[in-house]
Amino acid sequence: MTTALLEIEGLTKAYPGVVANDHVTFTINEGEVHALLGENGAGKSTLVKMIYGLVKPDAGTMRLRGAAFTPPEPRAARADGIAMVFQHFSLFEALDVAENIALGMENPPKMRDLAAQISKVSEEYGLPLDPFRTVGDLSAGERQRVEIIRCLLQNPKLLIMDEPTSVLTPQEVDILFKTLEQLRSEGTSILYISHKLDEIRRLCDTATILRLGKKVDTCNPREESVRTMAEMMVGGTLHVPERVPHAQGDVALEINNLSVPSPLQFGTSLKEIKLKVHKGEVLGVGGVAGNGQDELTAALSGEVVSASGAILLHGKSVGHLPPQSRRAMGILAAPEERLGHAAAPNMSLTENALLTANVRKKMARKGFLNWAAAKDYAKDVIRDFDVRTPGPENAARSLSGGNLQKFVIGREILQKPDVLVVNQPTWGVDASAAADIRQALLDLAGEGAAIIVISQDLDELMEISDRFAALNGGRLTEPVPAKGLTVDQIGLMMGGAHDMEVAHHGAA
Amino acid sequence: MVRLEKRPQPSKKWIYLTPIVAVVATMIAGGIMFAILGKDPFEAIRTIFWDPLFNEQFAAYSRPQLLVKAAPLILIAIGLSLGFRAGIWNIGAEGQYIMGAIFGAAVGLAFYPTESWIIFPLMVIAGAIGGLLWAMIPGVLRVYFRTNEILVSLLLVYVAEFILASMSLGLLRNPEGAGFPGSRNFKSYASAHNAELIAGTGMHWGVVAAFIAVIFAYVLLAKHMLGFQIRLTGEAPRAARFGGVNPARLILFCLGTSGALAGLAGLFEVSGPSGQISIDFNVGYGFTAIIVAFLGRLHPVGILLAGLLMALTYIGGELASLMLGIPAAAIQAFQGMLLFFLLAVDVLTNYRVSFGKAEVA
Repeated sequence: MTTALLEIEGLTKAYPGVVANDHVTFTINEGEVHALLGENGAGKSTLVKMIYGLVKPDAGTMRLRGAAFTPPEPRAARADGIAMVFQHFSLFEALDVAENIALGMENPPKMRDLAAQISKVSEEYGLPLDPFRTVGDLSAGERQRVEIIRCLLQNPKLLIMDEPTSVLTPQEVDILFKTLEQLRSEGTSILYISHKLDEIRRLCDTATILRLGKKVDTCNPREESVRTMAEMMVGGTLHVPERVPHAQGDVALEINNLSVPSPLQFGTSLKEIKLKVHKGEVLGVGGVAGNGQDELTAALSGEVVSASGAILLHGKSVGHLPPQSRRAMGILAAPEERLGHAAAPNMSLTENALLTANVRKKMARKGFLNWAAAKDYAKDVIRDFDVRTPGPENAARSLSGGNLQKFVIGREILQKPDVLVVNQPTWGVDASAAADIRQALLDLAGEGAAIIVISQDLDELMEISDRFAALNGGRLTEPVPAKGLTVDQIGLMMGGAHDMEVAHHGAA
Repeated sequence: MVRLEKRPQPSKKWIYLTPIVAVVATMIAGGIMFAILGKDPFEAIRTIFWDPLFNEQFAAYSRPQLLVKAAPLILIAIGLSLGFRAGIWNIGAEGQYIMGAIFGAAVGLAFYPTESWIIFPLMVIAGAIGGLLWAMIPGVLRVYFRTNEILVSLLLVYVAEFILASMSLGLLRNPEGAGFPGSRNFKSYASAHNAELIAGTGMHWGVVAAFIAVIFAYVLLAKHMLGFQIRLTGEAPRAARFGGVNPARLILFCLGTSGALAGLAGLFEVSGPSGQISIDFNVGYGFTAIIVAFLGRLHPVGILLAGLLMALTYIGGELASLMLGIPAAAIQAFQGMLLFFLLAVDVLTNYRVSFGKAEVA
């Protein structure tokens, strides 16, 4: 028999113009991992902020172990045993781990004692972390451990985690899940917010599903399929990308011994990359973040130039050409970082349409801009890709992440490229928008374009790729057919076992 | 509790309102300062903003001065604004202004006493080249050696000042000047003189050039790919690279253009209102133009208005120190307040002030 830890009843919060939470009622039991599911804007963040004391509810009550619970501020919530790991870390890079943790404490103990505590907790929960390392040198996964350990030091009854795996590698996800399972076995409850339905099925005992601020359902994720949960989230049938089978076309893009030093200080240099991508083909490039994904995107888009013969488009050398010349020839790209790289945050969507589409869509004549054409094109992208915005005159930063991603990908797809390179096309995008983007990529391939999808989402790559290759330390493995690849084989490719275990699958 | 909330997009209303609010706030704070100095604040403000234009006694002299002072400010500020928009900080317009004046004056003096219509156009070209070359030094150093253009351009101002002193004492000194420092006066050399085009208005070729620069910059920024690239680079440098902007070329273009316009301003000044190369030829237009550029929101039309306003405070300030005995330092502080308030109020275009308890939405 389970007992209730936190009972939430009729919780309501309205902001001007939008009801973020509308009479949400559910219960988190002691020692359970409770998933909070919903699309972007469903009200998940507002809900947990009310539990954590960051936002005051307009109506409704919360009861913690039977007692009324109305935290006026996060400090009070922490005192009552609520801890939260945010999606975006609040850490000082120049300080070490122990100093960062001490900063968040009311009465920090002596640094040496604190370091001992950190080491103890990190050992107990299998979260390896050296208290004296500088945070600036840590990976995203290690930084998250700092935040988790900071929470664990308070002995929380309820640990709230907001999209914890979005920054983690598969191995780091495994480590995190072991920790969370251990916490559950010790009686700690966890409120787990995520888009990734597979993870929720693997980890969570109960799932509460929010849609447009209302609770629509509660389910046991182990008894549901990914598809049924996704459909509860979007409130309709989820469109699963389909692709039309096709014969292999001619080689569209060829990469020969591409070696480029990274333009970034801590970047990864590309080393002797060899690759052929055919017309109508989707090539998936996997790999743990920071193994040359950004550099490969930049080398293909033309932001970084290389030896002219290193990249061939339909047999013509393009390696030495700048981005605009490559666009004119038909190579388009969409970088991972939306704000500041793929789009200029403070500029309008019209101006952002001009950013990459001016050559192919002829928005300038002798250097003089045709703003009407740019605006029309922005409108086309907004319409065809269902970008939710009042209009093309709005600044890119006013769009939600998913909507901006649809705009950025749509902007490239509607230009009808011969070769399209996309890096993390559905990063931070909700399930239905992600499905739309994947479908659009497959449709483009169906029209004969060659597509390179660089992603850390292996499910995504397996869903849409014809062939799969992995980046590892700036090297690319030999691409192999994606169909029938097992997680073990992919892991080996990502780990850098070039042509060893995967050789018998036959290189394409 | 008062808090600032980031706006989803910059407020259109506040983009236009901030300069007005800043001017009003400057009047109030300046008035308080004048009152503390024992002067009647209302009279002081009136003397600075009203008398130069409408006082019967002074207007005849000071109205033409408005254009004479505003033209170099606008010309330089237009050039600076292009770089500032792209995040390229040319702080050394004063030096480029001096070098433009020296180059242009040297060409003119080389022809003395030949009279020909070609001399003045040649001087104009030389002036622009002088400023351009001086600005190319920080440009080339930044592109090839990654030096900081703020420091290099600023320090080159002091180098230019020494060259100016050396020129007025040496190479360009008037051989018939009885040994006094300073060059021949262009007012007595018709082919090289940048005279008033319409008598009594202060309108000279520099004013014409300033208006042309305003129109040129407006068209560039609003209608041309290069202007778009400039704005894009300032807003999001990585997106600019992705969009195909060549950063090195953009740096050289922005620094070169601002240098050339500052050089032109120097040439029009030395051949017109100032009349000669002298040790104290430069009076700080190159630095004041930085204020003008920001006061005008880095927008060509805004800069036109800001240049006129700034010229007004110059002339009015002189008048106030003459008539009311307000110290020159107080006038400079008054002008400084203008920039201070402008930058402070500027927050409101991107943030809104809200009252009430903090709440994270």
